Amino acid sequence: MEKVKEILNRYGNSKDNLIQVMLELQNMSGTNSLPHEWVVFVAEALDMPVSRVYSVITFYSMFGTEPRGRYLVEVCKSGPCHVSGAKNVLQLLEEKLGLKPGETTEDEVFTLIQSSCFGACDIAPAIKIGEKVYGNLTSEKLSEIVDSYREGQHNG
Amino acid sequence: MDKVLSARFGKIKPDSIEEYIQAGGYEGLKKTMSMEHLDAIEEIKKANLFGRGGAAYPTGIKWEQAYAIQRGPKYMVCNADEGEPGTFKDKHILSEDPFELIEGMTIGAYIMGAKEGYIYIRGEYAAIQKIVKSAIENAKKAGYLGKNILGREGFDFELKVVSGAGAYVCGENTALVESIEGKTGRPRQKPPYIKNCGLYQMPTILNNVETYSCIPWIIKDGGEKFSSMGTEFSGGTKLMCLSGNVNNRGVYEIPFGTTLRELIFNLGGGMKDGRKLKFVHLGGSSGSCFPESMIDTKICYYDLKKAGFSLGSGAVLVVDDTHCAVDYLKTVMEFFEEESCGKCTPCREGNHRLVEILDKMTEGTATMADFNKMKSLAQTMKTTSFCGLGQSAPMPLITLVKYFEEEFLEHINGKCRAGVCSMSGKAGK
Repeated sequence: MEKVKEILNRYGNSKDNLIQVMLELQNMSGTNSLPHEWVVFVAEALDMPVSRVYSVITFYSMFGTEPRGRYLVEVCKSGPCHVSGAKNVLQLLEEKLGLKPGETTEDEVFTLIQSSCFGACDIAPAIKIGEKVYGNLTSEKLSEIVDSYREGQHNG
Repeated sequence: MDKVLSARFGKIKPDSIEEYIQAGGYEGLKKTMSMEHLDAIEEIKKANLFGRGGAAYPTGIKWEQAYAIQRGPKYMVCNADEGEPGTFKDKHILSEDPFELIEGMTIGAYIMGAKEGYIYIRGEYAAIQKIVKSAIENAKKAGYLGKNILGREGFDFELKVVSGAGAYVCGENTALVESIEGKTGRPRQKPPYIKNCGLYQMPTILNNVETYSCIPWIIKDGGEKFSSMGTEFSGGTKLMCLSGNVNNRGVYEIPFGTTLRELIFNLGGGMKDGRKLKFVHLGGSSGSCFPESMIDTKICYYDLKKAGFSLGSGAVLVVDDTHCAVDYLKTVMEFFEEESCGKCTPCREGNHRLVEILDKMTEGTATMADFNKMKSLAQTMKTTSFCGLGQSAPMPLITLVKYFEEEFLEHINGKCRAGVCSMSGKAGK
């Protein structure tokens, strides 16, 4: 909890910064999610009901309340990617990772999710892994990308 | 043509204030500081600048109204929650020339006497947030933000980046302000308007990234010059986001008055693989869809309005004839179903039911009664939803039905001419 405290302090223990605090906590969780104990701790520190904190974090799609893989593989399903072959990309990833959207690999490395537009329409179909965006995807390119994460070439 | 917004794209290090100044940056702020407040606002009014986020409210008038409000403190807020599908223009400003936005907001702060400002950037742009934060730090070190800016006693302005966390509705101004306050991003009742009662219930000047970024140029080169670049009804230039089945996708800065055809076929290099253009979806997912016969319309707020469309955020999604209008619409409505905040019934339930009916359409089990229900639901949502999200969500439906009704009827009879829909007969059975 020391780290949670430190982040809360850095944001002045202010309710206004709840979303910013939770984003940082999720980033350092290693499970791309917010453990219940942390949520309770933050609620107490900010003098808020736990239910209020949950109402905020479950409203925003970026937060997870169940453990997820180290890397979130987000496949855009909005219009511009849809007309550029997003369905194929999803299918290929489902095969390569052996996952359906919402599921996590057994080694806890990848979670596959479908997302709304993240502004990579000029290189559609696009996916996002962590903060990195990949576009103009082909089957070969997708394999290379997934392998590079499996081999641990990326941090965070 | 003079470029207003993209002149420095790719030519300077985005977070280097020295390079920004060398390339003509901060002339606008310096000039503003030698002007009367109302004269600076007058320049913006002369520029004929309309809000670039989608609502197209005249910026000069917005600023004049905000200036007249006596209460304080006033806040400067920037909407960088670029979530409208097909829109990626603000991303370019934020990542390639963030100082033009920072300068625009600082000019606003000087005029309004605001001491604090916030740039609300969507969570999906986490990597770009770092560039903007670094630019703010560098501006502060160089005396362009912080206390006594450019040595002027009492001219203080602190600027902060706030991250979104994945919610399209936060692009709605009052929902955005709620989110900055750390709450769920659900829209507020209007009035009171944000200019009177915005962030922390205080008067708030809120504009889109592209709108703020036009301000330094307008002050430096004059509102009349800016206005003359566009049409009589729409001043200046616009960043257009071209995506879909065209050869050269990307962001293009064009003067108002350019036609959609010129954008798609000249700048965009025409249709990919020589396919036929089926329809254009203009302004993002909440915009109108229309066929090729209408793309000679000029990109201009007035001309588009006359044709029944809205420019929205400047997204132009080009769809070719290998795609099915019904299947495409289903994808779009799924987006709204997902992103509805749930506050009001027409939007929360309406989008859900529309997806349900479209599911049936794509599987060949929909009836005429479903089709009629879909059309009447769309009208109900348009007229009774609480905020712009629910009011505009049915726009693609209304326009696709208008121009491609035949295809909807074919689906009811079990046929998809593009061969995209499964027609598996599962949904609704």
